[in-house]
Amino acid sequence: MSFASNDSATKQSAGIAITAEEIAEQGITASEDVARYALYLGDDALMLGQRLSHWISRAPELEEDIALGNIALDLVGHARFFLTYAGTAWGKTEDDLAYFRDEEEFRSCRLVEQENGDFGQTIARQLIFSYYQHELYSKLVESQDETLAAIAAKALKEVQYHQDHAAQWLLRLGIGTEESHRRIQEGLYYMWPYIDDLFHDDDVTAALPGIAVQPSSLRENFDRRIAEIISEATLELPQVDQAWGGDRSGEFSEARGHILAEMQVLARQFPGATW
Amino acid sequence: MSDTTQNTREWPLWEVFVRSSRGLSHVHAGSLHAPDATMALRNARDLYTRRNEGTSVWVVPSDAILSSDPDHKGGFFESAQGKSFRHATYYTKSEGVKHL
Repeated sequence: MSFASNDSATKQSAGIAITAEEIAEQGITASEDVARYALYLGDDALMLGQRLSHWISRAPELEEDIALGNIALDLVGHARFFLTYAGTAWGKTEDDLAYFRDEEEFRSCRLVEQENGDFGQTIARQLIFSYYQHELYSKLVESQDETLAAIAAKALKEVQYHQDHAAQWLLRLGIGTEESHRRIQEGLYYMWPYIDDLFHDDDVTAALPGIAVQPSSLRENFDRRIAEIISEATLELPQVDQAWGGDRSGEFSEARGHILAEMQVLARQFPGATW
Repeated sequence: MSDTTQNTREWPLWEVFVRSSRGLSHVHAGSLHAPDATMALRNARDLYTRRNEGTSVWVVPSDAILSSDPDHKGGFFESAQGKSFRHATYYTKSEGVKHL
């Protein structure tokens, strides 16, 4: 980074950070097992990024529009890293994996596919997912797989902000007015049945000790931290049954097809299109 | 909420000052709307530091800033014009003063 003297408040620089292009070009090939795990992480980020991008031009205020758009872009960035890396195992590009896989080939969890609903429902989903992702990346930075660790280190800084954004809004909606309290509480109830999905160990994670983070190991911290912020926001911790099913081997929600239809239509109608 | 004016009320305006690197002053970057100071700081981060522009950000409620009146520019600023004796270069160096 340059420290050249320049008193403009709008001085810009790209900064130094890992890029998806570098992962593609550095010639490292992910093993089949690592690639399957990278798909879990990449697909979650991609689906949520796509979901959140629907808020652009629809958020309650211009400033919030940009905040949600930034978060969506960060998530698409994470997806690019993980999908690029996964693709090295199969000779595929990030675009091959994002645009030319069908519903049943995605490995995202059901939480990120849930409807945006109102702002409260979106913030409830953001809260749960960013708290989960924060725990996940905090451990993934210690992965023995250097590429996964480098991606996690970059993404963790972004997720720290996503988490803060969700928590700040949870507090304001929870403590705000009767109406905002009711809506954020309903949002939490709506999203809560999909939490267990996030913490299932399976054959993919079990095959990668020291490389993958075992999802169940994140549960204790997640439960404690999310209960704290929900209580601070004067909201009640939902006590509801978890949705049936929910491993990543093919169980998915009806919403997935709709998300993919919109995300993939251009690339499939005009293969190889650039813009 | 029963108070309808409350519902349609806009978020207050904040002025944003960004410091681009250590040792420099904060420079006015623009303004934004936010419900409170904490959120204003976060919105400022999203709006004005997304291309690595900043190492520090201040937000100030716009109505806390008292600004000079552009209609009275003459009396306020222009009376300083022509007063060259306020500049060091107006004065001739005294004899015997070295290193000036």
